[in-house]
Amino acid sequence: MWDLFQNPLFQITVRSLQISGTATLLSVLWSLPLGIIVGMKSFPGKQLTKGVFNALLGMPTVALGLILYLLFSRTGQLGFLHLFPSSQAIIIGQAILVTPILVSLTISAVESVDPEIKDLAKTLGASEAEASLTVLREAGGGVVLAVIASFNRAIAELGVALAVGANLRGSTQVLTTVIAMEVNRGNLENSIQLMVILLAIVFSITLVTNFLQRRIK
Amino acid sequence: MQKNNIIWITALILVAIVSIAGTTYYVGAGPKKKLVISTTTSIYDTGLLDTIEDRFEAKYSIDLYFISVGTGLAITHAERGDADMILVHAPSKELTFLESGYGTCRKIVAYNFFAIVGPEADPADIKDIVPIEALAKIVEAGREGSIKWVSRGDDSGTHTKEKGLWTAAGFDWSLLREEEWYEEAGSGMGKTLQVADNLDAYTLADMGTYLKYSKDGIISSATLVTQGEELLNVYSAIAGNSTRYSHLNFDDAITFIKFLISEEGQETISKFGTNMYNQPLFYPAVNLLKQNTDPTTVQWIENYAFFDGNECPPEYWSNHPELYN
Repeated sequence: MWDLFQNPLFQITVRSLQISGTATLLSVLWSLPLGIIVGMKSFPGKQLTKGVFNALLGMPTVALGLILYLLFSRTGQLGFLHLFPSSQAIIIGQAILVTPILVSLTISAVESVDPEIKDLAKTLGASEAEASLTVLREAGGGVVLAVIASFNRAIAELGVALAVGANLRGSTQVLTTVIAMEVNRGNLENSIQLMVILLAIVFSITLVTNFLQRRIK
Repeated sequence: MQKNNIIWITALILVAIVSIAGTTYYVGAGPKKKLVISTTTSIYDTGLLDTIEDRFEAKYSIDLYFISVGTGLAITHAERGDADMILVHAPSKELTFLESGYGTCRKIVAYNFFAIVGPEADPADIKDIVPIEALAKIVEAGREGSIKWVSRGDDSGTHTKEKGLWTAAGFDWSLLREEEWYEEAGSGMGKTLQVADNLDAYTLADMGTYLKYSKDGIISSATLVTQGEELLNVYSAIAGNSTRYSHLNFDDAITFIKFLISEEGQETISKFGTNMYNQPLFYPAVNLLKQNTDPTTVQWIENYAFFDGNECPPEYWSNHPELYN
């Protein structure tokens, strides 16, 4: 068992799961409330807000990685935080990366709930906050899907992890950066092993997502 | 209703706790001091630095972190204050790095030779001739349309070397790159070798990466020109300038440079790869330069990688003259 923990492949896999998992949860902190508010309220500029988040869905990771590198680099605007190179920087980067996914999908999930449910809850004596929670519960399945899709995007991305993590051995190496490095090094066998692990994670999550989707519909 | 609310709030609090705990887990740094070294792929990808790291960390309570990129980006990282020291192979760029006040305490640690590699059939007919003439023949064959050349095209040490070689052979690289037969891969050594192999093209390669790819059967290209002063490849370690960036871990950078030039460090370099490839990938430079055991090679190194007759001009010694005894 101890051997397993010491195995670099295992450590890299666990680190990938931790970093992308933390990034997704971190993003949930702001994306979920934002998605719920935008989805439930009607306000001027609502369509524009939705449009902006939809546009950001296509953010190229290499662009986000470069922007964050310039910010986090010691002579960058946020250089005093000493974030380059570190796994915290990857977490922040991936949290930003998945924010549009989480917000957009949460908005869709909330909007797909019949608006009468909220009114019904209020007529039954629920406060505004309680009524909102009722809607959120109805949209729960869609929100879970949003979180899973975000995690998938985070763990499968390379651009941000490489740019702000720099693939440091024993510290910021994640599955995608090590695959890229091993390919460069010509160690195709190692890269294939890691690729299988990454695909197993991503595909099993996609399978679960599909299963949940069918359950919800 | 009440119960469900509690579940939701608990879930959100849990999410917050996990997020914060997860982040602090990574923030919590160990007691060991951290030394960040930005280095070139050609030295990292062979695995040499992994071996050096293991030996060094067994002796010192310092954690080494290698950022492995092309020499161009390796120097940029140090110029932006993101690396405590660099380990690179582009003397012209190293001089600029020193002169612009970013680097101090340069030490030449190792050398080897680049190779011009190409298809086994060698249509340009360059096998074992002088490098400069080989390049002239490659240009000729390229313009006839019978061969291609693949350049790294990524501002790396090898790319810098290639540009210098074209100049030495009497060509203007900036014009050559516009020609039909001249391809630029824009990627690392391994990828460039693979592209060259697939196009039956010629390229300039560092021996370490070539041997690795060749032995694993990833490429079938042959080394055609391996001898000659022009193909010399010199690796140097340079510490960052702590008067420029006070946050740099200068003391540990000096400790690591001293380890690299120590008997143990030099022996690690010379033995690396010998059992895998039946030939060393890197040659130790310290004793060679100190004792002048091979005057021809020493002369070549001085011609190529010395600045004003010094591996490091005294104004960049930064109170460490003991490195240059």
